[in-house]
Amino acid sequence: MSYISNHLKIGDWLVLFAGALFTLWLASLVWHGGAADKAVIRSGGKLFRELPLSRDLELEVPGPLGNSKISIRNHQARIASDPSPRQYCVRQGWLKQAGEIAICLPNQVSLELTGSSKRYDSLSY
Amino acid sequence: MTASVIKLATTADDHHIARMAAFALGLTVLEAAIPSPLPGVKPGLANIVTLIVLARYGWRVAAWVSLLRVVAGGLVMGSFLSPGFFLSLSGAVCSLAILAACHNLPQRWFGAVTHSIFAAFAHIAGQLLLVYFWLIPHAGLAYLLPIFAAAALIFGTVNGLIAARFTAMPESHEEVTV
Repeated sequence: MSYISNHLKIGDWLVLFAGALFTLWLASLVWHGGAADKAVIRSGGKLFRELPLSRDLELEVPGPLGNSKISIRNHQARIASDPSPRQYCVRQGWLKQAGEIAICLPNQVSLELTGSSKRYDSLSY
Repeated sequence: MTASVIKLATTADDHHIARMAAFALGLTVLEAAIPSPLPGVKPGLANIVTLIVLARYGWRVAAWVSLLRVVAGGLVMGSFLSPGFFLSLSGAVCSLAILAACHNLPQRWFGAVTHSIFAAFAHIAGQLLLVYFWLIPHAGLAYLLPIFAAAALIFGTVNGLIAARFTAMPESHEEVTV
């Protein structure tokens, strides 16, 4: 520790502290902007319903295999049940962030959360 | 036919700058072997040399060493005039610009760590601006900003401490250890 304190002057500590604050501020600015406020439900590739996440509700969405049940609660949304054989979209659980999406492929139903700023699920360099 | 010899007149200063740039180049090559989790997140070891030179010989010599290192590094790594080279160059230019400013801060309170942290932030800012305006003009880049900032803070501090330690050593000692 004496090694560090020997080479850090008061101004250095200040700059270090300011840098840490700046980094935290940047993180809160960038990573909390992704809060979701809407659920977009599609069936057979067409928009079925757009719902605000502020109201809790249950909804049946018809597809070629039967009805998928979607529930919205506590600003989160999930596919509660689905007739698809592998149940991937159901097992995904609650979606919270903007840009998250659950797709029930055999039943052609999808549930996507959107926010003020759209998040991307992949970036390639 | 007689062989023509082209001889450039060089001064002791030139030799000194070249030697320092060579140290920095060695660190660049060394660093290329370290795997990085994200392009752009690198320790930037070569900047330690820039900081020591800045503290000892002033900004002009530091600028020479830094820019020579970028050009020679591009040639050695095979990235000369490629996007990677220009990213390196824009980072170095931004770092030098901010170093010119914070070099004038009172030395009693601000040392190499201050210089290093400012330079690290300027470095990544310069690179990201170039990436945004030239390579990936995409708002999604913003999501990586906190990661780059945290890396700049950590590596900037560590490099600054190392530079402060070498700067504090007597010069003759340094020639032996480096």
